[in-house]
Amino acid sequence: MADNKFAAYICSGCGIGDKIDIGTLEKIAKKEGKMAEVKVHPFLCSTEGVQLISDDIANEAVTHVCIAACSRRAKTEAFYFPTVAMSRANLREGVLWVVAEGDAHDEVRQEMADDYVRMACAEVKKMKLPEGNPNHGGNKRILVVGGGMSGMTSALEAADAGYDVVIVEKQALLGGWGAKLWKRVPFKAPYAEPQDTGVAELAAKVSSHPRIKVYVGSTVAETAGAPGRFNIKIAQDADIVEETVGAIVQATGFTSYDIAKLPELGGGQANVTDQAGLEALAIAANGAAIKRADGKVVESVVFVQCAGQRDDTGKHLPYCSGHCCATSIKQAMYFKDANPDINTVVMYQDLRVPGMGEDFYRSAQDKGVTFTKGRASGVESSGSGCRVSFRDLILDEDTSVEADLVVLATGQVPSAGVDLEAWNPVVMAADGGAEDAKQKKAEMQKISILNLNYRQGPDMPQFKHGFADSHFICFPYETRRTGIYAAGPVRRPMDMLQATEDATGAALKAIQAVENASLGRAAHPRSGDLSFPTARLEGCTQCKRCTVECPFGAIDEDERRFPKFNEERCRRCGTCMGACPVRVISFENYSVDTVGSQIKSVDMPDEFSEKPRILILACENDAYPALDMTGLSRTVYSAFVRVIPVRCLGSVNTIWITDALNAGYDGVMMMGCKKGDDYQCHFVKGSELAHYRMSKIGDTLTQLGLEPERVVTHEVAITDNTRVAQYINDYVAQINEIGMSPMKGFN
Amino acid sequence: MAKKNYAFYPGCSSQKGASASNFVTSIGMMCDKLDIQLNEIPDWNCCGASIGYGEGGELPRLALNARNLALAEKNLPGQDLVSGCPACWLSTRETAERLHQHSDLMAETNVALKEAGLSFKGGVKARHMVEVLIEDVGFAGMKAQVVKPLEGLKIAGYVGCQTNRPFGIAGESFENPMYLDKMIETVGAEAVSYDQKVTCCGGALAFSEPEKSQKQIRDIVESAYDNGAEMIVTPCQLCQANVEIYQSEINKKHGTKLAMPVMYYSQLMTVAYGGNSKQAGLDGNIIHSQKLRDIAAK
Amino acid sequence: MSNQNQQAVARYHNNFLREVEERVEDGDWVKMCMQCGVCAGSCPLGSAWEHTPQKIFMMIRAGKRDEVLKSDAMWMCTSCYNCIVRCPRKLPITHIMHGLANYAHRLDMAPKGQPTRVIAKLFWDNLVKTGRVNELKFSLAMYFKDGFVQGIKNAMAMQSAGLSLVKAKRLNPMEIIGGHKCKDSSGIKKMIARAREIEDRKKGFTS
Repeated sequence: MADNKFAAYICSGCGIGDKIDIGTLEKIAKKEGKMAEVKVHPFLCSTEGVQLISDDIANEAVTHVCIAACSRRAKTEAFYFPTVAMSRANLREGVLWVVAEGDAHDEVRQEMADDYVRMACAEVKKMKLPEGNPNHGGNKRILVVGGGMSGMTSALEAADAGYDVVIVEKQALLGGWGAKLWKRVPFKAPYAEPQDTGVAELAAKVSSHPRIKVYVGSTVAETAGAPGRFNIKIAQDADIVEETVGAIVQATGFTSYDIAKLPELGGGQANVTDQAGLEALAIAANGAAIKRADGKVVESVVFVQCAGQRDDTGKHLPYCSGHCCATSIKQAMYFKDANPDINTVVMYQDLRVPGMGEDFYRSAQDKGVTFTKGRASGVESSGSGCRVSFRDLILDEDTSVEADLVVLATGQVPSAGVDLEAWNPVVMAADGGAEDAKQKKAEMQKISILNLNYRQGPDMPQFKHGFADSHFICFPYETRRTGIYAAGPVRRPMDMLQATEDATGAALKAIQAVENASLGRAAHPRSGDLSFPTARLEGCTQCKRCTVECPFGAIDEDERRFPKFNEERCRRCGTCMGACPVRVISFENYSVDTVGSQIKSVDMPDEFSEKPRILILACENDAYPALDMTGLSRTVYSAFVRVIPVRCLGSVNTIWITDALNAGYDGVMMMGCKKGDDYQCHFVKGSELAHYRMSKIGDTLTQLGLEPERVVTHEVAITDNTRVAQYINDYVAQINEIGMSPMKGFN
Repeated sequence: MAKKNYAFYPGCSSQKGASASNFVTSIGMMCDKLDIQLNEIPDWNCCGASIGYGEGGELPRLALNARNLALAEKNLPGQDLVSGCPACWLSTRETAERLHQHSDLMAETNVALKEAGLSFKGGVKARHMVEVLIEDVGFAGMKAQVVKPLEGLKIAGYVGCQTNRPFGIAGESFENPMYLDKMIETVGAEAVSYDQKVTCCGGALAFSEPEKSQKQIRDIVESAYDNGAEMIVTPCQLCQANVEIYQSEINKKHGTKLAMPVMYYSQLMTVAYGGNSKQAGLDGNIIHSQKLRDIAAK
Repeated sequence: MSNQNQQAVARYHNNFLREVEERVEDGDWVKMCMQCGVCAGSCPLGSAWEHTPQKIFMMIRAGKRDEVLKSDAMWMCTSCYNCIVRCPRKLPITHIMHGLANYAHRLDMAPKGQPTRVIAKLFWDNLVKTGRVNELKFSLAMYFKDGFVQGIKNAMAMQSAGLSLVKAKRLNPMEIIGGHKCKDSSGIKKMIARAREIEDRKKGFTS
């Protein structure tokens, strides 16, 4: 391998050269940064500027490039040099645009720019060009688990896009819930009448598609491997069939909340049913008058919405299932269309008909369906039918209505498999030899859907109420198991139209995953990243923190109990690197050293300079863009901060904090995404873990004789560009009040 | 320039000696200047107004309005029916639209009309005088005739209800219509911004629910005062009458000193076009605007 | 109970919504209300209503016939049309309120002596006589609607306003002995009678 050659390119354009002394930067890059070549260009992102760099790479054997110009998020197409390692010093958004105007600030502005050049040089010297994961699989088939509306749609979308598909359905026939419906809520203009489900046609299309292999009456007995090389054992009757696939779509749908749990609303009574029960009666009627189980023709019906849903007592489902209002409207139309004289009442608290449902609602009103805003308090049998007692929410009175049949609109309960939070303690107990735990583990295993052989458990981690965990704002189909995508009501409550859209999205994600995996690249959100984590196992203490804390279950243990990385499962967030107490985990271009050396390279003014230095570790997904936008909007913040972008706060190793404080920084700010149940962390758990780790850093600070305020954490959203400047300025003021760090000058 | 001809429907309040008689006076010169020829519909009748529903029922009210439409269609063929009164306009336009949309109502109405020796084919469009000014004359056309700009006069344009809802003037919003302010500016005065521009004055309930209506009126007038207006201007006969007449009542009951002149847009235009006090019907107001009189006398 | 009311009860049993749909002007819109309450919040006299339009619609659906027809709520309508233009479902609420008031009046269920009800009848009678409204006679009739003594009081209370109008030539004292009228007032009377007859048959008041 050829020797490393380092070169720095400084841009004086966009006004950088007007406010910052470029000559000083050149000297620093050369002398302190030890760059073999340092070149200045007035317009570095121009064709000529880019050519300058390309020529040096081609003709001068430059292997490492440091670009001191704009933010690493800007001009990424111009500054695209895939054959070299590259760092960027952010002189424009990070210095020029955020430091206050005027001569009075010249000195601090220059110091800030100087430091960013030092940092970029230090970083690039520790970087290696990522070479990609050599152990990747190349299988591009897609497994779809679940043969309902969502699953069949995913399968067809992927197959029509040219990918081979294996679909596994537990029941003897494809169709799922959709096959149990008489009609579906309309999905085409004019959104006025129930429509045919189209399930039979869809099932026929799936069954006859040349690229789709259908397993009905089958389940997944084991899932092993990683994206690009999943090995699937499919259990069909007593046989096991093996298939290899590259990615998986889990579209395992939902079950209805059990009306037996709703005795107060008549659950269990003969003339009370749920929406699924009503569909069965409608199918039996086949368009004629709908009859009850006892054969009586229904002449009046009440639909009770939100039955066992949106419950704030803690007894039932707290959430809204989204589809049930439209479903009851549709079912009320079954009656009205057969006989307009049938009295149909939909009793709702808030009628929620998303999408074009408002037109459907209006159509039902036009057909004479009565909509009563009321809260049902009880259903009891009365005469040959039922009496529904309710609070009329408009007239503000308690009253009741009689009906031959009552339909309870119950909610969707996801079929996501084993809840890992309940699973893990059981496994620990079972491994410890407890017999009852072993039995419980076997029981739990029965409801598993994927039967992953991962160290972290047999299914995907679940979100609140059992839905598959996913970043619901930005990338809803991504689960916390790389290469496995959730579609339909297993992910969140939804209607059939939403489920089919979901299924299409998940199919596209699966395609992206197999393509990335076959090239040894990361999946979303660092799609295309060729770096991957490696561990220096000789230093590993087998503490298992990396295997436990990896939000994506990428790390198993080998037979010697060392961490075994499954690179294709890895999202490259670096949470393992942040977790490792002995710092043996690193990426080629992102490591304890690439960041640590930047921290140490900053020129530290002495205690009496009145120039504090504050380190900001900013998540590159939201916080760093927010800081860039602060610059873009020319909002001023203190020139005493030095910002280092990190892949995720989860990747922050506490050694960086200790190093910074030892080096004499007066404070450290960490900026990451929102954590908790409604997290916005792009790597799900990274931000939460960072907050947890920092809560433990107090001891370190005490040992160093430092105040706890010297390390702070902030949640920053991408839109927080003004707020983030305020955080910085407030913190600088706070540090000035506490005083400069006593650690200065020891290094 | 050729005169533009319209079938004119004055309405009961615009008759001689009735509550809006000065409105009719004030549009005379305005129409002359703008080449608008108003041809009164012979033997027109009452529209039923907004209170007619109580006893009237639907078809009798439709028949009343259809009679005016039929008279216009027969005697003034090809001319749009124009009324200066929002209630007349609203009733007539609503009738024309309902009959156009429902052929059964059209047939039934014609059976009734036959008793009065008439029939209606549906070929008449019902318009408000303000629509004629804005759509047929235009703001530039209105401005062209100004010889005495009403400079320095601060005016609260009070659109009220029925000129504005449910039909309103094409292109204007129901919540904040701007045309009246534009008309005020067209004659050289200043339109003040205030929050009661489309508030109801109480309408016909000024008679039956005086307390409630007078609260509405007081809010309107006080808001105009608070925002620096010296005068309220309206396109509505009932608004004009209610807001002007009841100020003294409110003063008596609540010890206020309300004395806000309430004028028609046509009175402003006549003065701006060089008309005298008499031509502008200024003597028809109970609360006078000295400033406007002074300009008229110049 | 009036005769017509008895007939209506017999005809529609307990289905008040259907009664409203068939007999009240624009009553077929009632079922389209989605209970958002924008009408209630938009009415200038909303706070004076015994039941807001939103509630009236719900009461109709709940079959509260007596409560609706006896309510004085609909008589509070100033015909400002705010509810119509703001209704997200485009219900002609003003017309429905007018229609309900008219129907309640027709069945003689509306509150006796309700001022707007009284005035509405006076107004209509006034216009039917000559084809045009005689403002003086109408005003005087209104002042005396509550009896002679109250009438003098009412008239005295508005005397100054009345006199100013006379002075401004906007109220003509001579109207008392004649005033404006249509030439074909007899044709108009016949026309209105005919229209009412057709409507009564259509709505099932007469066979």
